[in-house]
Amino acid sequence: MTTQRVPRPQPRFPEPDTEPFWKATKDHKLTYQKCNDCNTVVFYPRRHCTKCGSANLAWHTSKGLGAVYTFSVVVQNRNPSFRDLGAYAVGYVDLDEGFRIMTNVVGVKNPSTDVKCGMRVKVKWEDQPGGEISLPLFEPA
Amino acid sequence: MANQRREAAIVGIHEYPLRVVGPDVSAMHIKVESARKALEDAGLSWKDVDAVYDAGEGGLGGLEIADYFGFRPTVIDTTAVGGSSFEFQAAHAWRAIAAGKAKVALLTYGSTAHSQSRAIGTGGATGQGAPRPQSNMEDPWGLTLIAGYAMVKQRHMFQYHTTNEQFAEISVATRLHATRNPEAVKAMTDLAFVGTGEISIQDVLTSRMIADPLRLLECCMVSDGGGAVVIASRDVARNTKKRPVWIIGSGEATKYPENGGDITVSAGAQSGPIAFAEAGVRPGEIDIAMIYDSFTITVLAILEDMDFCKKGEGGAFVQGGRLKFNSGKKPALNTDGGGLSSNHPGMRGIFLLLEAARQLRGESHSQVPNARLAVATGNGGQLGSRHSTGAIILARD
Ligand SMILES: [Zn+2]
Repeated sequence: MTTQRVPRPQPRFPEPDTEPFWKATKDHKLTYQKCNDCNTVVFYPRRHCTKCGSANLAWHTSKGLGAVYTFSVVVQNRNPSFRDLGAYAVGYVDLDEGFRIMTNVVGVKNPSTDVKCGMRVKVKWEDQPGGEISLPLFEPA
Repeated sequence: MANQRREAAIVGIHEYPLRVVGPDVSAMHIKVESARKALEDAGLSWKDVDAVYDAGEGGLGGLEIADYFGFRPTVIDTTAVGGSSFEFQAAHAWRAIAAGKAKVALLTYGSTAHSQSRAIGTGGATGQGAPRPQSNMEDPWGLTLIAGYAMVKQRHMFQYHTTNEQFAEISVATRLHATRNPEAVKAMTDLAFVGTGEISIQDVLTSRMIADPLRLLECCMVSDGGGAVVIASRDVARNTKKRPVWIIGSGEATKYPENGGDITVSAGAQSGPIAFAEAGVRPGEIDIAMIYDSFTITVLAILEDMDFCKKGEGGAFVQGGRLKFNSGKKPALNTDGGGLSSNHPGMRGIFLLLEAARQLRGESHSQVPNARLAVATGNGGQLGSRHSTGAIILARD
Protein backbone atom coordinates (compact mmCIF):
# COMPACT_ATOMS: atom_id res chain seq x y z
CA MET A 1 0.00 0.00 0.00
CA THR A 2 3.02 2.34 0.14
CA THR A 3 3.92 2.53 -3.55
CA GLN A 4 0.95 4.60 -4.67
CA ARG A 5 1.80 7.87 -6.41
CA VAL A 6 -1.51 9.74 -6.14
CA PRO A 7 -2.39 10.13 -2.43
CA ARG A 8 -5.63 8.58 -1.20
CA PRO A 9 -8.64 10.83 -0.77
CA GLN A 10 -8.02 12.49 2.60
CA PRO A 11 -10.48 13.61 5.24
CA ARG A 12 -11.15 17.30 4.68
CA PHE A 13 -11.66 20.13 7.14
CA PRO A 14 -13.37 22.09 8.53
CA GLU A 15 -15.68 19.20 9.42
CA PRO A 16 -16.44 19.58 13.12
CA ASP A 17 -17.73 16.04 13.86
CA THR A 18 -14.69 14.08 12.71
CA GLU A 19 -11.91 16.61 13.28
CA PRO A 20 -11.08 15.40 16.85
CA PHE A 21 -10.83 11.81 15.59
CA TRP A 22 -8.41 12.71 12.83
CA LYS A 23 -6.32 15.04 15.06
CA ALA A 24 -5.73 12.10 17.43
CA THR A 25 -4.49 9.92 14.58
CA LYS A 26 -1.40 12.12 14.31
CA ASP A 27 -0.33 10.55 17.64
CA HIS A 28 -1.48 7.10 16.46
CA LYS A 29 -4.49 7.16 18.77
CA LEU A 30 -7.66 5.41 17.58
CA THR A 31 -10.48 7.22 19.35
CA TYR A 32 -14.23 6.73 19.70
CA GLN A 33 -17.04 8.28 21.70
CA LYS A 34 -19.26 6.94 24.44
CA CYS A 35 -22.39 8.45 25.93
CA ASN A 36 -21.96 9.42 29.59
CA ASP A 37 -25.71 9.10 30.15
CA CYS A 38 -26.52 5.70 28.60
CA ASN A 39 -23.12 4.14 27.84
CA THR A 40 -23.84 3.74 24.10
CA VAL A 41 -20.75 3.67 21.88
CA VAL A 42 -21.05 6.30 19.15
CA PHE A 43 -19.13 5.92 15.89
CA TYR A 44 -18.69 7.60 13.38
CA PRO A 45 -18.05 10.69 15.53
CA ARG A 46 -20.93 13.03 16.22
CA ARG A 47 -21.98 15.52 18.90
CA HIS A 48 -24.97 13.55 20.11
CA CYS A 49 -25.72 10.05 21.33
CA THR A 50 -27.54 8.10 18.61
CA LYS A 51 -29.49 6.10 21.21
CA CYS A 52 -30.70 8.79 23.63
CA GLY A 53 -29.96 12.12 21.96
CA SER A 54 -27.72 13.32 24.77
CA ALA A 55 -24.92 15.79 24.01
CA ASN A 56 -22.93 14.40 26.94
CA LEU A 57 -20.32 12.32 25.08
CA ALA A 58 -16.74 11.53 26.06
CA TRP A 59 -13.78 10.52 23.89
CA HIS A 60 -11.97 7.23 24.63
CA THR A 61 -8.93 5.56 23.08
CA SER A 62 -9.19 2.07 21.61
CA LYS A 63 -6.55 -0.61 22.08
CA GLY A 64 -6.73 -1.10 18.31
CA LEU A 65 -7.66 -4.78 18.50
CA GLY A 66 -10.67 -6.32 16.79
CA ALA A 67 -12.02 -8.71 14.18
CA VAL A 68 -12.83 -8.38 10.48
CA TYR A 69 -16.63 -8.13 10.18
CA THR A 70 -16.74 -8.25 6.38
CA PHE A 71 -14.68 -7.10 3.42
CA SER A 72 -14.36 -7.05 -0.35
CA VAL A 73 -11.24 -7.35 -2.44
CA VAL A 74 -11.36 -4.58 -5.01
CA VAL A 75 -9.95 -5.65 -8.35
CA GLN A 76 -11.11 -2.69 -10.44
CA ASN A 77 -11.11 0.92 -9.24
CA ARG A 78 -10.99 3.76 -11.75
CA ASN A 79 -10.03 6.34 -9.11
CA PRO A 80 -6.37 7.28 -9.77
CA SER A 81 -5.49 6.93 -6.07
CA PHE A 82 -6.32 3.23 -6.17
CA ARG A 83 -6.11 2.27 -9.86
CA ASP A 84 -2.53 0.98 -9.73
CA LEU A 85 -2.61 -0.63 -6.28
CA GLY A 86 -3.47 -4.14 -7.38
CA ALA A 87 -6.13 -6.04 -5.48
CA TYR A 88 -6.75 -4.61 -2.01
CA ALA A 89 -9.13 -5.47 0.82
CA VAL A 90 -11.61 -2.85 2.03
CA GLY A 91 -14.03 -3.71 4.79
CA TYR A 92 -15.37 -3.18 8.27
CA VAL A 93 -13.47 -4.07 11.43
CA ASP A 94 -15.32 -4.49 14.74
CA LEU A 95 -13.11 -3.12 17.51
CA ASP A 96 -13.21 -4.86 20.88
CA GLU A 97 -14.59 -1.67 22.45
CA GLY A 98 -17.77 -2.05 20.38
CA PHE A 99 -17.42 0.20 17.36
CA ARG A 100 -17.21 -0.66 13.66
CA ILE A 101 -14.80 1.18 11.38
CA MET A 102 -14.30 1.10 7.63
CA THR A 103 -10.68 0.41 6.78
CA ASN A 104 -8.24 -1.61 4.69
CA VAL A 105 -6.95 -5.00 5.78
CA VAL A 106 -3.27 -5.20 4.84
CA GLY A 107 -0.23 -7.31 5.65
CA VAL A 108 -1.38 -10.45 3.83
CA LYS A 109 0.03 -12.04 0.68
CA ASN A 110 -3.23 -12.53 -1.20
CA PRO A 111 -6.22 -10.63 0.19
CA SER A 112 -8.73 -12.84 -1.67
CA THR A 113 -7.59 -15.98 0.16
CA ASP A 114 -5.87 -14.66 3.28
CA VAL A 115 -8.50 -12.31 4.72
CA LYS A 116 -11.50 -13.95 6.42
CA CYS A 117 -14.59 -12.73 8.24
CA GLY A 118 -13.94 -13.08 11.96
CA MET A 119 -10.14 -12.87 11.59
CA ARG A 120 -8.40 -11.10 14.51
CA VAL A 121 -6.62 -7.92 13.48
CA LYS A 122 -4.67 -5.03 15.02
CA VAL A 123 -4.28 -1.44 13.92
CA LYS A 124 -1.34 -0.44 11.70
CA TRP A 125 -0.86 3.28 11.11
CA GLU A 126 -0.09 4.75 7.71
CA ASP A 127 1.17 8.32 8.06
CA GLN A 128 -0.09 10.58 5.29
CA PRO A 129 1.80 13.17 3.24
CA GLY A 130 1.99 16.42 5.21
CA GLY A 131 2.26 14.58 8.53
CA GLU A 132 -0.98 15.93 10.00
CA ILE A 133 -2.98 12.70 9.98
CA SER A 134 -2.40 8.97 9.93
CA LEU A 135 -4.76 6.33 8.55
CA PRO A 136 -5.71 3.37 10.76
CA LEU A 137 -5.25 0.25 8.62
CA PHE A 138 -5.49 -3.24 10.09
CA GLU A 139 -3.26 -6.30 9.79
CA PRO A 140 -3.48 -9.84 11.19
CA ALA A 141 -3.06 -9.73 14.98
CA MET B 1 -57.84 -11.26 2.43
CA ALA B 2 -56.32 -8.66 0.17
CA ASN B 3 -56.90 -5.02 0.98
CA GLN B 4 -60.04 -3.98 -0.90
CA ARG B 5 -59.44 -0.26 -0.66
CA ARG B 6 -59.31 1.03 -4.20
CA GLU B 7 -58.12 4.59 -3.73
CA ALA B 8 -55.37 4.97 -6.32
CA ALA B 9 -54.13 3.01 -9.30
CA ILE B 10 -51.35 3.05 -11.84
CA VAL B 11 -53.23 4.03 -14.98
CA GLY B 12 -50.48 5.11 -17.37
CA ILE B 13 -46.95 3.85 -17.99
CA HIS B 14 -44.10 4.43 -20.38
CA GLU B 15 -40.57 3.12 -20.49
CA TYR B 16 -38.15 5.17 -22.59
CA PRO B 17 -36.98 2.61 -25.16
CA LEU B 18 -33.34 3.62 -25.68
CA ARG B 19 -30.43 2.82 -23.35
CA VAL B 20 -27.92 4.89 -25.32
CA VAL B 21 -29.43 8.25 -26.22
CA GLY B 22 -26.71 10.37 -27.84
CA PRO B 23 -25.55 13.88 -27.05
CA ASP B 24 -28.67 15.88 -27.99
CA VAL B 25 -30.97 14.20 -25.46
CA SER B 26 -31.02 15.36 -21.82
CA ALA B 27 -32.38 13.68 -18.72
CA MET B 28 -35.22 16.21 -18.72
CA HIS B 29 -36.08 15.36 -22.36
CA ILE B 30 -36.43 11.71 -21.33
CA LYS B 31 -38.69 12.69 -18.43
CA VAL B 32 -40.94 14.88 -20.61
CA GLU B 33 -41.27 12.38 -23.46
CA SER B 34 -42.02 9.59 -20.99
CA ALA B 35 -44.63 11.77 -19.26
CA ARG B 36 -46.38 12.56 -22.55
CA LYS B 37 -46.54 8.91 -23.55
CA ALA B 38 -47.61 7.66 -20.12
CA LEU B 39 -50.45 10.21 -20.12
CA GLU B 40 -51.42 9.05 -23.65
CA ASP B 41 -51.34 5.44 -22.41
CA ALA B 42 -53.86 6.44 -19.74
CA GLY B 43 -55.98 8.58 -22.04
CA LEU B 44 -55.19 11.64 -19.93
CA SER B 45 -53.65 14.96 -20.93
CA TRP B 46 -50.93 17.37 -19.81
CA LYS B 47 -53.44 19.65 -18.06
CA ASP B 48 -54.86 16.80 -15.94
CA VAL B 49 -51.68 16.50 -13.85
CA ASP B 50 -52.13 18.05 -10.40
CA ALA B 51 -49.36 16.26 -8.44
CA VAL B 52 -45.72 15.92 -9.50
CA TYR B 53 -42.97 13.76 -8.05
CA ASP B 54 -39.29 14.23 -8.80
CA ALA B 55 -36.03 12.78 -7.51
CA GLY B 56 -33.93 15.74 -8.63
CA GLU B 57 -32.28 14.56 -11.84
CA GLY B 58 -32.44 18.06 -13.34
CA GLY B 59 -30.33 19.49 -10.54
CA LEU B 60 -32.62 22.22 -9.22
CA GLY B 61 -34.73 19.96 -7.02
CA GLY B 62 -38.28 21.00 -6.29
CA LEU B 63 -37.94 24.37 -7.98
CA GLU B 64 -37.41 22.81 -11.38
CA ILE B 65 -39.95 20.12 -11.97
CA ALA B 66 -43.15 22.15 -12.42
CA ASP B 67 -41.20 24.96 -14.08
CA TYR B 68 -39.61 22.87 -16.83
CA PHE B 69 -42.74 20.84 -17.56
CA GLY B 70 -45.02 23.90 -17.36
CA PHE B 71 -47.33 22.42 -14.75
CA ARG B 72 -49.15 24.19 -11.91
CA PRO B 73 -49.47 21.29 -9.46
CA THR B 74 -51.01 21.52 -6.01
CA VAL B 75 -48.88 18.65 -4.66
CA ILE B 76 -45.10 18.68 -5.15
CA ASP B 77 -42.97 15.88 -3.70
CA THR B 78 -39.21 15.76 -4.18
CA THR B 79 -38.40 12.63 -2.22
CA ALA B 80 -34.91 11.55 -3.28
CA VAL B 81 -33.63 8.38 -1.64
CA GLY B 82 -31.67 6.99 -4.59
CA GLY B 83 -32.96 4.06 -6.64
CA SER B 84 -35.96 3.50 -4.41
CA SER B 85 -37.24 7.08 -4.76
CA PHE B 86 -40.09 5.98 -7.04
CA GLU B 87 -41.50 3.44 -4.59
CA PHE B 88 -41.45 6.11 -1.89
CA GLN B 89 -43.06 8.56 -4.31
CA ALA B 90 -45.76 6.06 -5.33
CA ALA B 91 -46.59 5.59 -1.66
CA HIS B 92 -46.84 9.35 -1.22
CA ALA B 93 -48.98 9.72 -4.36
CA TRP B 94 -51.37 7.06 -3.04
CA ARG B 95 -51.65 8.93 0.26
CA ALA B 96 -52.12 12.32 -1.40
CA ILE B 97 -54.87 10.93 -3.64
CA ALA B 98 -56.55 9.06 -0.77
CA ALA B 99 -56.55 12.32 1.21
CA GLY B 100 -58.26 14.11 -1.66
CA LYS B 101 -55.28 16.40 -2.30
CA ALA B 102 -54.76 15.25 -5.89
CA LYS B 103 -56.37 13.23 -8.68
CA VAL B 104 -53.59 12.63 -11.23
CA ALA B 105 -50.02 12.13 -10.00
CA LEU B 106 -47.03 11.98 -12.35
CA LEU B 107 -43.74 10.26 -11.51
CA THR B 108 -40.92 10.66 -14.04
CA TYR B 109 -37.32 9.58 -14.36
CA GLY B 110 -34.59 10.39 -16.85
CA SER B 111 -30.86 9.75 -16.88
CA THR B 112 -27.98 9.88 -19.32
CA ALA B 113 -25.57 8.07 -17.00
CA HIS B 114 -24.10 5.99 -19.81
CA SER B 115 -23.64 8.86 -22.25
CA GLN B 116 -21.92 10.90 -19.53
CA SER B 117 -19.60 7.92 -18.86
CA ARG B 118 -20.30 8.01 -15.17
CA ALA B 119 -18.15 5.37 -13.46
CA ILE B 120 -20.98 4.54 -11.09
CA GLY B 121 -19.80 1.15 -9.95
CA THR B 122 -16.04 1.37 -10.04
CA GLY B 123 -15.37 5.08 -9.51
CA GLY B 124 -15.05 4.92 -5.74
CA ALA B 125 -15.03 7.90 -3.43
CA THR B 126 -14.06 11.09 -5.14
CA GLY B 127 -12.94 13.24 -2.22
CA GLN B 128 -15.04 15.96 -3.88
CA GLY B 129 -17.94 18.05 -2.61
CA ALA B 130 -18.40 19.51 0.85
CA PRO B 131 -16.85 17.32 3.56
CA ARG B 132 -19.33 15.35 5.66
CA PRO B 133 -18.66 13.16 8.69
CA GLN B 134 -19.52 10.07 6.64
CA SER B 135 -17.24 10.95 3.72
CA ASN B 136 -14.38 11.82 6.05
CA MET B 137 -14.60 8.35 7.63
CA GLU B 138 -15.13 6.44 4.35
CA ASP B 139 -13.29 8.20 1.51
CA PRO B 140 -9.72 7.11 2.33
CA TRP B 141 -10.30 3.37 1.97
CA GLY B 142 -11.02 2.98 -1.75
CA LEU B 143 -14.49 1.54 -1.29
CA THR B 144 -16.10 1.34 -4.73
CA LEU B 145 -19.86 1.12 -4.98
CA ILE B 146 -19.58 -2.51 -6.11
CA ALA B 147 -17.28 -3.35 -3.20
CA GLY B 148 -19.93 -1.99 -0.85
CA TYR B 149 -22.38 -4.62 -2.12
CA ALA B 150 -19.65 -7.28 -2.29
CA MET B 151 -19.11 -6.82 1.47
CA VAL B 152 -22.74 -7.75 2.04
CA LYS B 153 -22.42 -10.83 -0.17
CA GLN B 154 -19.20 -11.82 1.61
CA ARG B 155 -20.86 -11.68 5.01
CA HIS B 156 -23.95 -13.54 3.72
CA MET B 157 -21.72 -16.35 2.43
CA PHE B 158 -19.85 -16.44 5.76
CA GLN B 159 -22.93 -16.33 7.95
CA TYR B 160 -25.25 -18.62 5.96
CA HIS B 161 -22.92 -20.62 3.68
CA THR B 162 -24.72 -19.24 0.64
CA THR B 163 -22.87 -20.30 -2.53
CA ASN B 164 -21.83 -18.45 -5.67
CA GLU B 165 -23.93 -20.97 -7.64
CA GLN B 166 -27.02 -19.88 -5.70
CA PHE B 167 -26.35 -16.20 -6.28
CA ALA B 168 -25.84 -16.95 -10.00
CA GLU B 169 -29.43 -18.25 -10.26
CA ILE B 170 -30.58 -14.64 -10.04
CA SER B 171 -28.43 -13.57 -13.00
CA VAL B 172 -29.51 -16.59 -15.07
CA ALA B 173 -33.27 -16.09 -14.54
CA THR B 174 -33.03 -12.38 -15.20
CA ARG B 175 -31.09 -12.89 -18.43
CA LEU B 176 -33.70 -15.35 -19.68
CA HIS B 177 -36.29 -12.63 -19.27
CA ALA B 178 -34.06 -10.08 -21.00
CA THR B 179 -33.66 -12.30 -24.07
CA ARG B 180 -37.45 -12.17 -24.50
CA ASN B 181 -37.60 -8.35 -24.24
CA PRO B 182 -36.55 -6.64 -27.52
CA GLU B 183 -35.60 -3.40 -25.72
CA ALA B 184 -33.34 -5.34 -23.36
CA VAL B 185 -31.72 -7.19 -26.27
CA LYS B 186 -31.09 -3.87 -27.99
CA ALA B 187 -29.68 -2.49 -24.73
CA MET B 188 -27.23 -5.38 -24.36
CA THR B 189 -26.26 -4.98 -28.02
CA ASP B 190 -25.81 -1.19 -27.81
CA LEU B 191 -23.80 -1.51 -24.59
CA ALA B 192 -21.54 -4.12 -26.22
CA PHE B 193 -22.32 -7.06 -23.93
CA VAL B 194 -20.10 -10.06 -24.77
CA GLY B 195 -23.25 -12.06 -25.49
CA THR B 196 -26.94 -11.18 -25.53
CA GLY B 197 -28.30 -14.71 -25.25
CA GLU B 198 -29.11 -16.86 -22.25
CA ILE B 199 -26.34 -17.48 -19.74
CA SER B 200 -25.54 -20.45 -17.52
CA ILE B 201 -24.56 -20.60 -13.88
CA GLN B 202 -21.07 -21.51 -15.09
CA ASP B 203 -20.96 -18.34 -17.24
CA VAL B 204 -21.63 -16.27 -14.12
CA LEU B 205 -19.01 -18.11 -12.06
CA THR B 206 -16.33 -17.62 -14.71
CA SER B 207 -17.08 -14.00 -15.57
CA ARG B 208 -14.51 -11.37 -14.59
CA MET B 209 -14.09 -10.58 -10.90
CA ILE B 210 -14.87 -6.91 -10.20
CA ALA B 211 -14.92 -6.71 -6.40
CA ASP B 212 -14.51 -10.10 -4.76
CA PRO B 213 -16.92 -11.89 -4.30
CA LEU B 214 -18.96 -10.06 -6.98
CA ARG B 215 -18.32 -10.95 -10.62
CA LEU B 216 -19.27 -9.06 -13.77
CA LEU B 217 -22.46 -11.02 -14.51
CA GLU B 218 -23.74 -10.29 -10.98
CA CYS B 219 -23.52 -6.52 -11.57
CA CYS B 220 -26.06 -4.27 -13.26
CA MET B 221 -25.23 -2.37 -16.40
CA VAL B 222 -24.83 1.40 -16.65
CA SER B 223 -27.25 2.68 -19.29
CA ASP B 224 -29.23 5.75 -20.20
CA GLY B 225 -32.98 5.66 -19.89
CA GLY B 226 -36.05 6.62 -17.95
CA GLY B 227 -39.78 6.37 -17.80
CA ALA B 228 -43.00 7.67 -16.30
CA VAL B 229 -45.86 6.40 -14.17
CA VAL B 230 -49.28 8.04 -13.87
CA ILE B 231 -51.18 7.27 -10.66
CA ALA B 232 -54.81 8.35 -10.50
CA SER B 233 -57.77 8.39 -8.15
CA ARG B 234 -60.51 5.75 -8.35
CA ASP B 235 -62.85 8.17 -10.15
CA VAL B 236 -60.25 8.99 -12.79
CA ALA B 237 -59.19 5.33 -13.08
CA ARG B 238 -62.73 4.34 -14.05
CA ASN B 239 -62.36 6.18 -17.35
CA THR B 240 -58.76 5.52 -18.31
CA LYS B 241 -57.84 3.36 -21.32
CA LYS B 242 -56.09 0.43 -19.62
CA ARG B 243 -56.96 -1.89 -16.76
CA PRO B 244 -56.09 -0.09 -13.49
CA VAL B 245 -53.32 -1.52 -11.31
CA TRP B 246 -54.25 -0.73 -7.72
CA ILE B 247 -51.79 0.21 -4.99
CA ILE B 248 -52.82 -1.84 -1.96
CA GLY B 249 -49.81 -1.61 0.35
CA SER B 250 -46.65 0.40 0.88
CA GLY B 251 -43.67 0.50 3.19
CA GLU B 252 -40.73 2.87 3.49
CA ALA B 253 -37.51 2.51 5.45
CA THR B 254 -33.83 3.40 5.51
CA LYS B 255 -30.92 1.57 7.11
CA TYR B 256 -27.35 2.62 7.91
CA PRO B 257 -24.15 1.18 9.34
CA GLU B 258 -24.47 0.47 13.03
CA ASN B 259 -21.98 -0.79 15.57
CA GLY B 260 -22.76 -4.48 15.92
CA GLY B 261 -25.40 -4.38 13.17
CA ASP B 262 -26.13 -7.18 10.69
CA ILE B 263 -25.08 -6.00 7.23
CA THR B 264 -26.98 -8.84 5.52
CA VAL B 265 -30.30 -7.33 6.61
CA SER B 266 -31.67 -4.59 4.35
CA ALA B 267 -34.14 -1.84 5.16
CA GLY B 268 -36.69 -4.16 3.52
CA ALA B 269 -36.88 -6.04 6.82
CA GLN B 270 -38.65 -2.93 8.14
CA SER B 271 -40.60 -1.77 5.08
CA GLY B 272 -41.58 -5.18 3.67
CA PRO B 273 -43.72 -6.46 6.56
CA ILE B 274 -45.44 -3.07 6.83
CA ALA B 275 -46.38 -3.20 3.15
CA PHE B 276 -47.62 -6.80 3.30
CA ALA B 277 -49.63 -6.17 6.46
CA GLU B 278 -51.32 -3.17 4.88
CA ALA B 279 -52.04 -5.08 1.67
CA GLY B 280 -53.42 -8.04 3.57
CA VAL B 281 -51.49 -10.53 1.45
CA ARG B 282 -48.68 -12.96 2.19
CA PRO B 283 -45.38 -13.07 0.29
CA GLY B 284 -46.27 -16.59 -0.88
CA GLU B 285 -49.25 -15.18 -2.81
CA ILE B 286 -47.13 -12.76 -4.87
CA ASP B 287 -46.97 -13.68 -8.57
CA ILE B 288 -44.40 -11.09 -9.64
CA ALA B 289 -41.46 -9.87 -7.55
CA MET B 290 -39.85 -6.80 -9.07
CA ILE B 291 -36.83 -6.44 -6.80
CA TYR B 292 -34.06 -3.95 -7.38
CA ASP B 293 -31.22 -5.98 -8.92
CA SER B 294 -28.29 -3.64 -8.67
CA PHE B 295 -26.41 -6.85 -7.81
CA THR B 296 -27.37 -10.45 -7.07
CA ILE B 297 -26.95 -9.90 -3.34
CA THR B 298 -29.49 -7.07 -3.34
CA VAL B 299 -32.19 -9.43 -4.62
CA LEU B 300 -31.26 -12.28 -2.29
CA ALA B 301 -31.20 -10.10 0.83
CA ILE B 302 -34.50 -8.42 -0.03
CA LEU B 303 -36.28 -11.71 -0.85
CA GLU B 304 -35.34 -12.88 2.64
CA ASP B 305 -36.14 -9.59 4.36
CA MET B 306 -39.59 -9.46 2.75
CA ASP B 307 -40.26 -12.96 4.12
CA PHE B 308 -40.39 -14.83 0.82
CA CYS B 309 -38.21 -17.23 2.82
CA LYS B 310 -36.45 -17.20 6.19
CA LYS B 311 -33.34 -15.06 6.71
CA GLY B 312 -30.32 -16.99 5.49
CA GLU B 313 -32.36 -19.41 3.36
CA GLY B 314 -32.42 -17.25 0.23
CA GLY B 315 -29.77 -19.37 -1.47
CA ALA B 316 -31.84 -22.52 -1.24
CA PHE B 317 -35.00 -20.57 -2.14
CA VAL B 318 -33.71 -19.34 -5.51
CA GLN B 319 -32.18 -22.68 -6.57
CA GLY B 320 -33.41 -24.76 -9.47
CA GLY B 321 -34.56 -21.90 -11.70
CA ARG B 322 -37.44 -21.01 -9.42
CA LEU B 323 -37.38 -17.30 -10.32
CA LYS B 324 -37.94 -17.83 -14.06
CA PHE B 325 -41.32 -16.64 -15.39
CA ASN B 326 -42.18 -20.15 -16.58
CA SER B 327 -40.99 -22.16 -13.56
CA GLY B 328 -44.53 -22.74 -12.35
CA LYS B 329 -43.53 -21.47 -8.92
CA LYS B 330 -44.02 -18.08 -7.31
CA PRO B 331 -42.66 -15.47 -7.54
CA ALA B 332 -41.29 -14.69 -11.00
CA LEU B 333 -38.41 -12.23 -10.64
CA ASN B 334 -37.71 -9.12 -12.72
CA THR B 335 -39.50 -10.30 -15.83
CA ASP B 336 -38.31 -7.30 -17.89
CA GLY B 337 -34.66 -8.39 -17.69
CA GLY B 338 -33.81 -6.27 -14.68
CA GLY B 339 -30.90 -3.98 -14.06
CA LEU B 340 -28.63 -6.92 -14.74
CA SER B 341 -29.73 -7.28 -18.36
CA SER B 342 -32.23 -4.60 -19.45
CA ASN B 343 -31.42 -1.18 -18.05
CA HIS B 344 -29.85 0.61 -15.12
CA PRO B 345 -29.46 4.36 -15.57
CA GLY B 346 -28.64 4.87 -11.87
CA MET B 347 -32.05 4.79 -10.17
CA ARG B 348 -33.97 1.73 -11.35
CA GLY B 349 -36.98 1.96 -9.05
CA ILE B 350 -39.39 3.31 -11.66
CA PHE B 351 -38.86 0.27 -13.90
CA LEU B 352 -40.01 -1.99 -11.08
CA LEU B 353 -43.38 -0.22 -11.07
CA LEU B 354 -43.54 -0.25 -14.88
CA GLU B 355 -42.97 -3.99 -15.33
CA ALA B 356 -45.19 -4.87 -12.35
CA ALA B 357 -47.97 -2.87 -14.03
CA ARG B 358 -47.32 -4.56 -17.40
CA GLN B 359 -47.61 -7.99 -15.77
CA LEU B 360 -50.88 -7.13 -14.03
CA ARG B 361 -52.23 -5.76 -17.33
CA GLY B 362 -51.07 -8.88 -19.20
CA GLU B 363 -48.57 -6.94 -21.36
CA SER B 364 -45.18 -8.39 -20.38
CA HIS B 365 -42.81 -10.09 -22.82
CA SER B 366 -42.45 -12.81 -20.18
CA GLN B 367 -46.06 -12.84 -19.10
CA VAL B 368 -47.00 -14.97 -16.11
CA PRO B 369 -50.50 -16.30 -16.88
CA ASN B 370 -53.19 -14.64 -14.79
CA ALA B 371 -50.76 -12.63 -12.65
CA ARG B 372 -52.83 -10.88 -9.99
CA LEU B 373 -50.42 -9.63 -7.33
CA ALA B 374 -47.02 -7.98 -7.66
CA VAL B 375 -44.53 -6.29 -5.40
CA ALA B 376 -42.08 -3.59 -6.47
CA THR B 377 -39.25 -3.25 -3.98
CA GLY B 378 -36.68 -0.56 -4.66
CA ASN B 379 -33.30 -0.14 -3.08
CA GLY B 380 -31.36 3.11 -3.14
CA GLY B 381 -28.06 4.36 -1.80
CA GLN B 382 -25.67 1.51 -1.04
CA LEU B 383 -26.79 -1.78 0.46
CA GLY B 384 -23.63 -2.13 2.55
CA SER B 385 -23.95 1.30 4.12
CA ARG B 386 -26.83 3.80 4.16
CA HIS B 387 -29.69 2.80 1.90
CA SER B 388 -33.44 2.96 1.39
CA THR B 389 -35.88 0.16 0.66
CA GLY B 390 -39.39 1.07 -0.41
CA ALA B 391 -42.04 -1.55 -1.19
CA ILE B 392 -45.26 -1.14 -3.18
CA ILE B 393 -47.78 -3.96 -3.44
CA LEU B 394 -49.98 -3.91 -6.52
CA ALA B 395 -53.17 -5.77 -7.44
CA ARG B 396 -55.42 -6.01 -10.47
CA ASP B 397 -59.18 -6.20 -10.22
ZN1 LIG C 1 -26.98 8.05 25.26
